[in-house]
Amino acid sequence: MAAGVATWLPFARAAAVGWLPLAKKTMPKPPIDNSSKSDEILYVNVSGVRFQTWKNTLDRYPETLLGSSEKEFFYNEDTQEYFFDRDPEMFRHILNFYRTGKLHYPRNECIQAFDEELAFYGIVPEIIGDCCMEEYRDRKKENQERLAEDTEANEGMDAPLPPNSTSRERLWRAFENPHTSTMALVFYYVTGFFIAVSVIANVVETVPCRPHKGSAKELPCGEKYHLAFFCMDTACVLIFTFEYLMRLFAAPSRCKFMRSVMSVIDVVAIMPYYIGLVMPENEDVSGAFVTLRVFRVFRIFKFSRHSQGLRILGYTLKSCASELGFLLFSLTMAIIIFATVMFYAEKGTKGSTFTSIPASFWYTIVTMTTLGYGDMVPNTIAGKIFGSICSLSGVLVIALPVPVIVSNFSRIYHQNQRADKMRAQQKVRMARIRMAKKGTANAFLQYKEDRNIGDPDGDNSALCVKNRSAFEHQHNHLLHCLEKTTNHEFTNEMNYSELCMTESVGYRTSRSTSLSSHQGAQNNSTGCCPRRARRRAAMRLANSTVSVSRGSVQELDTLHLKTTSIPPQTRSSLNAQMCDMKLNCGDQDFTAAIISIPTPPANSPDESLPPSPAPILGILRNTRATAYTQDSVKISSL
Amino acid sequence: MKSRSQDQSLSDSRELDRSYDPLTGNPPSKPNKKTIKQRLLKLLPCCRSGSSSSITQSNISDDDELSTVRYRPEGLDRLVQQTNFTKKELQVLYRGFKNECPSGVVNEETFKSIYSQFFPHGDSSMYAHFLFEAFDTQNNGSVNFEDFVISLSIILRGSINDKLNWAFNLYDLNKDGCITREEMTDIMGSIYDMMGKYTYPCMKDNASKEHVDNFFQKMDKNKDGVVTIEEFLDTCQKDESIMQSMHMFDNVI
Repeated sequence: MAAGVATWLPFARAAAVGWLPLAKKTMPKPPIDNSSKSDEILYVNVSGVRFQTWKNTLDRYPETLLGSSEKEFFYNEDTQEYFFDRDPEMFRHILNFYRTGKLHYPRNECIQAFDEELAFYGIVPEIIGDCCMEEYRDRKKENQERLAEDTEANEGMDAPLPPNSTSRERLWRAFENPHTSTMALVFYYVTGFFIAVSVIANVVETVPCRPHKGSAKELPCGEKYHLAFFCMDTACVLIFTFEYLMRLFAAPSRCKFMRSVMSVIDVVAIMPYYIGLVMPENEDVSGAFVTLRVFRVFRIFKFSRHSQGLRILGYTLKSCASELGFLLFSLTMAIIIFATVMFYAEKGTKGSTFTSIPASFWYTIVTMTTLGYGDMVPNTIAGKIFGSICSLSGVLVIALPVPVIVSNFSRIYHQNQRADKMRAQQKVRMARIRMAKKGTANAFLQYKEDRNIGDPDGDNSALCVKNRSAFEHQHNHLLHCLEKTTNHEFTNEMNYSELCMTESVGYRTSRSTSLSSHQGAQNNSTGCCPRRARRRAAMRLANSTVSVSRGSVQELDTLHLKTTSIPPQTRSSLNAQMCDMKLNCGDQDFTAAIISIPTPPANSPDESLPPSPAPILGILRNTRATAYTQDSVKISSL
Repeated sequence: MKSRSQDQSLSDSRELDRSYDPLTGNPPSKPNKKTIKQRLLKLLPCCRSGSSSSITQSNISDDDELSTVRYRPEGLDRLVQQTNFTKKELQVLYRGFKNECPSGVVNEETFKSIYSQFFPHGDSSMYAHFLFEAFDTQNNGSVNFEDFVISLSIILRGSINDKLNWAFNLYDLNKDGCITREEMTDIMGSIYDMMGKYTYPCMKDNASKEHVDNFFQKMDKNKDGVVTIEEFLDTCQKDESIMQSMHMFDNVI
């Protein structure tokens, strides 16, 4: 029940005294009300802004946070108030809900922030008052659409193909998204060029050229250079046919593809040629054949695969179908009315061009669209009056649905712009995410090295602390615990495949089961045979990874460790990670060498050289001998 | 791109036949009837401002009559004297009252709507009406805070005799000092209406009549067909169960 009604309940119960003398049976005992009768003022401190309200006000809605005992969790004994670390501006609206029983949606707030606050305070959004409900729903729908667009753009077409896609899938992908491979791009431009050539040829072949020598009649170019045009046409049609067949082959669902608009346009574009080949040179049918050649102009629609603007236009027209239909219908009505009127007005005059009502249709259309060719003109006064009314009303009727179509087009166009922008920023965003991931990975590695340096010589532990927050310490400790639990080390994703392939010869290896986090980084440590080609990938900030092949036998094999970092779930944490990376000491590219007991730690070159690919000699960057406990693997080059 | 709410209203041609106002969705409103002269005047640009104000003024004064009424109760101290409530209790009562009725008065419609929410099973409008009459001691169609609190004081903090008096006043619809059979039938009927249709055991048609007969048999000592206040008080004071139950609701506030 609403809060308002709850206020009246005591009164209604009191008025029940009126039933007592009439009661047939004895009344039941009233419920025992243990709550304190006196009302008290509660202090609610929301991020420093103090709100005060009666306890009864909050008790009106016992299913919410503030109305139930849940608020006791937030009670601060020292200050005798309830403290919430939330947005005070939003809290104002929440508290007003308790006071008035109506929840209003503040229009200047973000819809997601508002929803989160409601969820926190345990208030169901459905109780938003009627005054604000529509606005709330609209904003929510808009936000959801935007989010859906974002996720679509994220998982968009630029994602790399799964490795085991068939050639058919790859072909389809190449057709749908020409930017994926150079071949596709080339094909895309070639087809575009040929469409243009074909359309131009169609146009030019009707232009009158200079006649043959000795002949007076002017010929259209198409007949003069009949063979040339025929060859060009053939070439174009061949290309189009080839393209169509390729698309048909690659399409995941052939039936659906054949029903699609573009496929129909393709077929219509090339059919006239084949029909022309097949048809005999007969006088009767060649007339029909000439008509068919008109369909060649539909080749221009093939440009819509190449032009986004055309697609937007087509989509707009499709989505405005109702408005266009309305326009057409109202125009038709007006045309019929005015044509009838004009016909009867002009009926009597001699030599009138308004011979029939259908003949007047032409006049009406020309007048309503303000073209005014002047081939049909009213002569009577009545005709002129009605003609002027007709032209005035034409302007109005046409002007009404046009803004609707325009706004639709604008909305779709902007949506498209937004999607394009998202795709463009996609790369930058993914790069940042990758950097952030590597940052935390490096952090863990660095931590391990610092810790292990700290172990043998405990004096230097202070140096190793560096600028790490308590959070990082605890996080790294946690990852370390995981390593110990599973008896595996974190390693670099990039090395995983190589390490899988290489086998250790005569060296102990740890269990090679891999732990995969939800990031997909693999965890492995295997020995590497020194005789085999060793490659190392350095971890860099940039996207590219550098593989360095080491030829020297003298060097230690190194394993690169990469932690499975917690991926940044939100954009804010992306920011956080970026800052943290700056704090990490020095060179981001480092590796750690794992050495096992019982042999003492082997010599390891620990110069910190800048990463540069050397053809023969690998460069160890920033390696240190790390002493691990029993279960680690020793790899020494000798 | 269709308009959402107007879709249904314009899909049929009701507005053409004048049974339906397409803009508001209601039957065409009467107060906006204008004379032909006023309509023609509206079309002319010069007379527009002059005519419109005179038309709207009369409408406003009709509609806003209730909302411009503001009522302030007498001082808190006087109310403390007049009633048996403490100051704190009056404060709490007034806060709740003012929150629900910012204008300071309750009208019968509010009463009925409140009771319909408390008793959703049946029809509580008649009982609410009778109750409203009982509260409206000044008989002016609205209950202000004083009436409200004085009645509550009688019910909750008064002596048993006061409470019985109040109950008698509730039953006595025309406030003439005696309850006739018709009045009792009305009251009983309204109470039974609140029960609604679905009861156990099934509500028989003569249930309320039976109850009224029962009541008169019990209360009407001299069998003259009416129950006077003395008979009522007398019978109730002798009835143990009634006397005991009189204190039941004392703690609601």
